[in-house]
Amino acid sequence: MQSSLPTFPEQASNFASNVDALFSFILMTTLFFAVLVTVLIIFAAFKFRRQSEKEVGDDVHGNNVLEVGWTLIPTIIAIGIFAWGAAIYVNYRIAPKDTLDIYLVGKQWMWKLQQPNGRKEINELHIPVNRNVKLIMGSEDVIHDFYVPAFRVKMDVVPGRYNTMWFRPTKTGKYHFFCSQYCGTNHAVMGGWVTVMDPAEYAAWLSGESGDVNPVSAGEHLFTQLACVTCHLSNGTGRAPSLNGVFGANVLLADGSIVVADEAYIRESILQPKAKIVAGYQPVMPTFQGLVTEEQIMNLTAYIKSLQSQPVPAKGAGIAPASAGKK
Amino acid sequence: MHRTGALYGQFKTLEQQKDTATLGMWIFLVTEVMFFGGIMLAYTINRHTYFHAFAMGSNTLSLGLGGFNTVVLLASSFTMAMAVWSAQTSRKKLITLFLSLTILLGFVFFGVKYVEYAQKFHHHLVPGKNFDIFYCVNNPAKCDDIDAADMAKEKEEIEAAAKADPDLNAHAQLYYSAYFGMTGLHALHMVIGAGLLFWLLKESVAGKFNAEWNNPVDIVGLYWHFVDIVWIYLFPLLYLIDRHK
Amino acid sequence: MRTQTTGPALQLPEKHYLNATYGIRSWLLTTDHKRIALLYLASVTFFFFIGGFFAMMIRLHLLTPNGLLLTPDMYNRMFTMHGVAMVFFFLIPSIPAVLGNFLIPLMVGAKDLAFPKINLLSWYIYVVGGLFTLWSMVNGGLDTGWTFYTPFSTLYSNSAVAPAVVGVFITGFSSILTGLNFLVTVHTMRAPGMTWFRLPLFVWAHYATSIVMILGTPVIAITLGLAAMERVFGLGFFNPAMGGDPILFQHLFWFYSHPAVYIMILPAMGVISELIPTFARKRLFGYHFVAAASLAIAVIGFLVWTHHMFLTGQSTYAAVAFSFLTFIVAIPSAIKTFNWTATLFGGSISFDTPMLYAFGFLGLFLIGGLTGLFLGALGVDINIHDTYFVVAHFHYIMVGGAVMGYLGGLHFWWPKITGRMYPEWLARIAAFILFIGFNFTFFPQFILGIMGMPRRYHMYPPEFQIYNVMSTAGASILAIGYLLPMVYLTWAAFYGKVAGENPWPSTGLEWKTQSPPLTENFEETPVVTWEAYDFHNRPDLGLDVPSGKGSPVVAPAHGDD
Repeated sequence: MQSSLPTFPEQASNFASNVDALFSFILMTTLFFAVLVTVLIIFAAFKFRRQSEKEVGDDVHGNNVLEVGWTLIPTIIAIGIFAWGAAIYVNYRIAPKDTLDIYLVGKQWMWKLQQPNGRKEINELHIPVNRNVKLIMGSEDVIHDFYVPAFRVKMDVVPGRYNTMWFRPTKTGKYHFFCSQYCGTNHAVMGGWVTVMDPAEYAAWLSGESGDVNPVSAGEHLFTQLACVTCHLSNGTGRAPSLNGVFGANVLLADGSIVVADEAYIRESILQPKAKIVAGYQPVMPTFQGLVTEEQIMNLTAYIKSLQSQPVPAKGAGIAPASAGKK
Repeated sequence: MHRTGALYGQFKTLEQQKDTATLGMWIFLVTEVMFFGGIMLAYTINRHTYFHAFAMGSNTLSLGLGGFNTVVLLASSFTMAMAVWSAQTSRKKLITLFLSLTILLGFVFFGVKYVEYAQKFHHHLVPGKNFDIFYCVNNPAKCDDIDAADMAKEKEEIEAAAKADPDLNAHAQLYYSAYFGMTGLHALHMVIGAGLLFWLLKESVAGKFNAEWNNPVDIVGLYWHFVDIVWIYLFPLLYLIDRHK
Repeated sequence: MRTQTTGPALQLPEKHYLNATYGIRSWLLTTDHKRIALLYLASVTFFFFIGGFFAMMIRLHLLTPNGLLLTPDMYNRMFTMHGVAMVFFFLIPSIPAVLGNFLIPLMVGAKDLAFPKINLLSWYIYVVGGLFTLWSMVNGGLDTGWTFYTPFSTLYSNSAVAPAVVGVFITGFSSILTGLNFLVTVHTMRAPGMTWFRLPLFVWAHYATSIVMILGTPVIAITLGLAAMERVFGLGFFNPAMGGDPILFQHLFWFYSHPAVYIMILPAMGVISELIPTFARKRLFGYHFVAAASLAIAVIGFLVWTHHMFLTGQSTYAAVAFSFLTFIVAIPSAIKTFNWTATLFGGSISFDTPMLYAFGFLGLFLIGGLTGLFLGALGVDINIHDTYFVVAHFHYIMVGGAVMGYLGGLHFWWPKITGRMYPEWLARIAAFILFIGFNFTFFPQFILGIMGMPRRYHMYPPEFQIYNVMSTAGASILAIGYLLPMVYLTWAAFYGKVAGENPWPSTGLEWKTQSPPLTENFEETPVVTWEAYDFHNRPDLGLDVPSGKGSPVVAPAHGDD
């Protein structure tokens, strides 16, 4: 729906109306105080203008009641605004579980996006309406930022880490996105379009003229090519834990702590395998730093995700038993 | 240039002049705390993130030389304090003596630092193109200043560290960047301190300091003690944490 | 109602700091805080022109969506160098180094600052830093943004990053020494009777500013030092490929650069706290609260830096904590605004140019400060971070606030500095032109931000054009508003009407000595027996105080000596 405020972009995500509502609230409040103070100043300037050359003003030191009043009231209002803003933000930072995951790589000066089935896009993002979408974002060079004004969402894309953001588009249409962190020469041209489609149209688009390799099968290919399969036997008898069912599960580590095997965990395990050793296993995995690109890591992750539904061996998975307590 | 001990034009009394200079030096030292604090923060964060590489870095530093330098600087702070006392009690000859000792100890510190830096250069541990944490272990003949027992220990440690951290060389380079950055900055401050001490020495030989007027000795003393305290922080941070030997 | 008294034309005093000695050496080797202030005036004005030139290039280029004036790389250099010149070489020094240097010894009743030679040294350090930065500007320019974010600045930029970073590093020490000088002066050089709570609020403001200067500036120094080392020697603190963290740079950078904005605004607030009592002829409402608020801003200002980094992917808890603190830091500014407004009630208000600037400050700082609330609110910041909303917000505060304060102060104290008055009517017209030009330039930028136009863009979608054109039109008016004072203030310094000791009149100690002052400021050390802004107990001002009003002549001193 169109925002009730002028010049605002249309509201096309689940966050937009709440963000606009808070904006309006802050606007009303600040407008109130701005007008109040301005009127008081203009009134005083007029009423107390100098009448004769040697006139002086009254001898007033101050008023403690007023001081307390105009300290407390703005503080309460400020805390109210803070709390509302924080609530929106916390909701924004914690993605729901059932998301459509899109992988995104920013680089000078373009965006590479990848759909779950492997279909790749450049500077374009096609997504279905009314579905929670999560973007998992990496950078190949400098800091970028992915910003969709109509969704009221944005997040930095930082080299050396993954940042995620989520939203649910609520309206079909085409919406501009921009790079929103200065990144060099063509920072201003590093934008594109998000196309939100009806689910049926999206499905049709997704399967059409692919030609791109499904990331899951690309990942499976890499898994063999890079010899992961020689240690990570799926039946749990290898030198490394089976990866069946591990994605999204709790993993028990050698030091007794438990971590969730999410995308960041998978990436770290590939690049810095010694960082977290699964309980009962030796730290023998070599690192693949410099041997795999970000996209290949994403494909491997997609493949490992696809193993979620595979049967977990009784022995030889790294998954924490249900009885294992939290550290 | 005003004569030492003269009343500068903006002040009413020598007392005011003294209080002003002392407060000025204290505030300046606060700025120095913030200055060193920034790089110490960067170091500490990286120490926490890359503890294997940084432990390795600490272990390549000589505990003997670092410890010796610590004692040297503490002694120099003592001689500096004695110089201040001598000035406060008008013991003119002693002022000169203690200032000279302080300068001498400062130079001993520089000498040891030079030896340490030269060693790092020799061992390819200076950040840059030639940085190689594995250099000595791979070329023991080139690093003949490390004895066999220590070399064996270092080899063992570095292999363990390399297993734990495949990017050991890059992260060790971070350690050494911080090492040279912090000790270099510290050494620069000591050079400035030495310069101030030479000036004090000259003035003390000319008999300028006594119980009535000893403020310059006092505030240079403050500066020198501060530089010493920075080293007292650097020594454990760089040399002692995660030390295996 | 004009303030000037009529009567026989006054004469300049025979001997004063400007004619005490002659020749270029007497200026370049001066230790007189007043001459050093003028040296700073010349250099900051120079950098204001440099920054202004880059601003003009930006606004001209943005007239069209396709950016036909400059190449993308050139545009990126324009906005970067505009920021660097304005922030580090104009805004941070301006009021403290020009007005603070000139006035603080006079206001506390001293002959000079605590460390006059260090004062001169600070100017030379500023000049050397400025030269390094100018070198960078003409030898490849700088295109990293004034924020120097890594790894772009350390690894990817093809511009002259190292000399610029070295230049800013060096100039930081000028700031540190100025702050050190002010702090010590206020502690040890006050005249007899000048207790802490009799100090003008201009001095309190500079005291608070100096705390920020000495605690914050060393951190940017070491940060830029590390960045320069990284760029030149390839160290890896901020390089992810070597295990470094680009976000560490941002933390270190903003730890200073957020308090830096308080370095820019607190002195301007100090000026306003002088202007309003003088031109309302009424003591400042809530003196103690305003003094305390200055200190509170300085302290709390160190606790909010991560609000520049809400969207870097950092801890959600940290973001929530910093947003809370950001709202808290807004409160002391609100308190001050209410106190300034309350001072007007029951006053005797005249509309001389400095007061017009004070009114302008009140309105524009109000808008700038309140728009900060939008940015501090996490949920809204997600949308408007790194858009033109931010650009508009900080220009309202820095230009609408700090620069208005600076110009208001320059006008107010021009008679004391030069002994001569500026032309009043021309000055009022210029103030109006400035106010109108300013709003036309920057208000449309709030709208651009809400519409979604990101900042630092050399090209933009066509629907943003109308507001960009409006903004550029406003900028041309603003430029006139700036040029006029430069011309007439310079003219007035030589040919303006002689002002006399206290033309307004105002209550500060600086007005109890000749205009221009002697080199040693006062013939005899003043002894202070009155409170600040006490119009009712100052018969020497020659005003009509109603009988029966006012406190006893010698106010009891409270606060230490």
